[in-house]
Amino acid sequence: MTSGLSRPDSPDTPGASRPEEGEVAPFDGPTLAVRDLRVHFPITSGFLLRRQTGTVKAVDGLSFDIAPGETLGLVGESGSGKTTTGRAILQLQRPTSGSVEFRGVELTSMSAAKLRPLRSEMQIIFQDPYGSLNPRMSAGRIIGEPLAVHGLAGDKNQRRERVAELLGRVGLNSAMMDRYPHEFSGGQRQRIGIARALAGEPSFIVCDEPVSALDVSIQAQILNLLSDLQDEFNISYLFIAHDLSVVRHISDRVAVMYLGKIMELATSAELYENPMHPYTRALMSAVPIPDPRLERQRERIVLEGDMPSPINPPSGCVFRTRCPIATEECAGVVPELTERSPGHRVACIKV
Amino acid sequence: MTSGISNNQADAGLESRHLLDVRDLATRFATAEGYVQAVNGVSFHIDEGEILGLVGESGCGKSVTSLSIMRLVPNPPGEITRGSVLFEGRDLQKISEREMRRVRGGSIGMIFQEPMTSLNPVLTIGRQITEAIEVHLDLKRASARNRAVEILDRVGLPDPRRRFDDYPHQLSGGQRQRVMIAMAISCNPRLLIADEATTALDVTIQAQILELLQSLCEEFRMALLIITHNLGVVARYAQRVAVMYAGKIIETGAADQIYSAPRHPYTAGLLSSVPRLDAAVGARLTPIEGEIPDLANLPPGCAFEPRCRWAVDRCRAESPGLIHVEPGHDAACWEYERVALDLAANRQRS
Ligand SMILES: Nc1ncnc2c1ncn2[C@@H]1O[C@H](COP(=O)(O)OP(=O)(O)OP(=O)(O)O)[C@@H](O)[C@H]1O
Ligand SMILES: Nc1ncnc2c1ncn2[C@@H]1O[C@H](COP(=O)(O)OP(=O)(O)OP(=O)(O)O)[C@@H](O)[C@H]1O
Ligand SMILES: [Mg+2]
Ligand SMILES: [Mg+2]
Repeated sequence: MTSGLSRPDSPDTPGASRPEEGEVAPFDGPTLAVRDLRVHFPITSGFLLRRQTGTVKAVDGLSFDIAPGETLGLVGESGSGKTTTGRAILQLQRPTSGSVEFRGVELTSMSAAKLRPLRSEMQIIFQDPYGSLNPRMSAGRIIGEPLAVHGLAGDKNQRRERVAELLGRVGLNSAMMDRYPHEFSGGQRQRIGIARALAGEPSFIVCDEPVSALDVSIQAQILNLLSDLQDEFNISYLFIAHDLSVVRHISDRVAVMYLGKIMELATSAELYENPMHPYTRALMSAVPIPDPRLERQRERIVLEGDMPSPINPPSGCVFRTRCPIATEECAGVVPELTERSPGHRVACIKV
Repeated sequence: MTSGISNNQADAGLESRHLLDVRDLATRFATAEGYVQAVNGVSFHIDEGEILGLVGESGCGKSVTSLSIMRLVPNPPGEITRGSVLFEGRDLQKISEREMRRVRGGSIGMIFQEPMTSLNPVLTIGRQITEAIEVHLDLKRASARNRAVEILDRVGLPDPRRRFDDYPHQLSGGQRQRVMIAMAISCNPRLLIADEATTALDVTIQAQILELLQSLCEEFRMALLIITHNLGVVARYAQRVAVMYAGKIIETGAADQIYSAPRHPYTAGLLSSVPRLDAAVGARLTPIEGEIPDLANLPPGCAFEPRCRWAVDRCRAESPGLIHVEPGHDAACWEYERVALDLAANRQRS
């Protein structure tokens, strides 16, 4: 990943200048540029007269780029805002403010009708391979539907052919086309979800916990498949998961989220070798490594308490209530995500 | 049979120097496809103060093993067909249901996989804990309440005195799981069975809970059976490991032995499937190909044979039992020596 040609407001643009071949509209910027993205949900109460009584700041000021063929990992505890971020990027949830540029095109101001043709290029794969597939549709129809909707593969026969090809690409037998979701195992259903996402020849896929529900041996098969597809089609991924080992494995760079904010962003190698934010360090130390000898030597930082409610987040740094090194100062200032070494950004005034 | 020291009785052979000693346990379920052999001759033991990790992928029989120990397998369709469970010298399979009820939640605590189904929705969380404490520890209501608050505090439930009168639905998933854990340890169990107790929790919370359980083992010599699919958790906390596949324990030994020199191809396959936090960037995983067998139609030989690259004719014909491979280390594989050599050669190369 080379870094150059960054625009003035661009906090990180690895590979931004990498040219793409054979594109209809040549664009040499990042696949995705997100600036100060916010998603705030109103909390209402009262039965007849619903009044807004508060706000959940699910996503609160995120900025990052994803280069072509790059995977950005998004890791964080439950409720930190990962899914909301993915949905807001795809405009499945309209952001409260901020900008999302997909291949240089601003999405946030675009109407639903204008977005529709872009949808095939930006896809999503969900955690739950059971819930996300229509149980009354055959695998062939599930995968073929995006082709029909976006008018991507001529007649019915051509569509069947393309579906067979996609099934083969994700490691399933094309004879399985006429089976229904309940006739597949969890790993096979996840492959169908991936085939469906691939149908539109996307350049960007949000993978929202795509392997969290799977057993380790199946998980490894799916992770390898996602890497292979990325190499083959130069797809960019936003890879969301709460499991830092999985995220680090598949990602070029990792963003660590806490209560709607990015605490640290670094390359996968740098994040393990030189974690700087106290939250990253605690998170890392909480993840056990399958190696008993190594485990006996590792430092264990045990955080106290739970993540606070996003309805009343702490003032200043949102992590300070559980932070081992927080001082009074941290209640007063919201730390900015600042660059500490090339490509390594941290939001903490203490490190 | 309430005493295990009865030498001249019919089951005189059933004595054990271990706290828990499970021998040849088998449990099946009657289904439309025939009998599902969920637990198929499982043997293992745990000593006082020890932590044993029981690992294996979904459906291999971990939960049914623990439910069988506690005699909580739904019958029908479930049925324990053979085996014994020696605990503190008694065979739990033979004692009366009344005696078994004193064991459950008393000397053996259990944290179930699904927290919502195991908390009573119409009782406050405080009442659910004090009820158990009153019965098993014979405490009066006021002292039971104090003990419950103290335990809720130890498992990290914020503001336990105030949350005491909450109902389960008023708590978050993570908080409910902590209440389950508090209930399980409230009566000072000799053995705690934790079935995926922390799987649904965030890693930082998981670490809090597991550190607490580990400290109970160190302080009070409590034994802990950690049931999980997370190989990292077992590596960090367990002294010994048992790996399960298709209803059988296929490898068991000290954690160091299992992780650094596995002898069973399935164990080795699991270890090379998991992404490690400390792995070099760009390292590729080596998944186990194929899928788990159908427990209603197990092959006559080794259940892992269809997925195994070391398989020979004997593996198809004859199912291997656990074979002693080194002190404290057993593996159910006919070809374990060849497997070990190949794996060692691979490690050398990388
Ligand atoms: N439609 C909504 N209305 C109100 N609040 C919401 C809505 N969607 C999400 N939230 C809140 O926003 C916060 C972030 O939720 P989100 O689902 O993005 O988290 P996450 O990081 O994906 O968590 P998980 O790991 O559990 O999937 C949570 O507090 C959640 O309750
Ligand atoms: N009530 C039941 N009726 C029929 N089959 C059952 C029943 N309960 C369990 N089984 C079967 O027994 C086998 C073992 O199940 P068990 O719940 O012990 O797996 P497990 O190892 O705990 O898996 P997981 O990691 O998913 O919790 C599975 O194949 C399961 O389908
Ligand atoms: Mg989510
Ligand atoms: Mg289970």
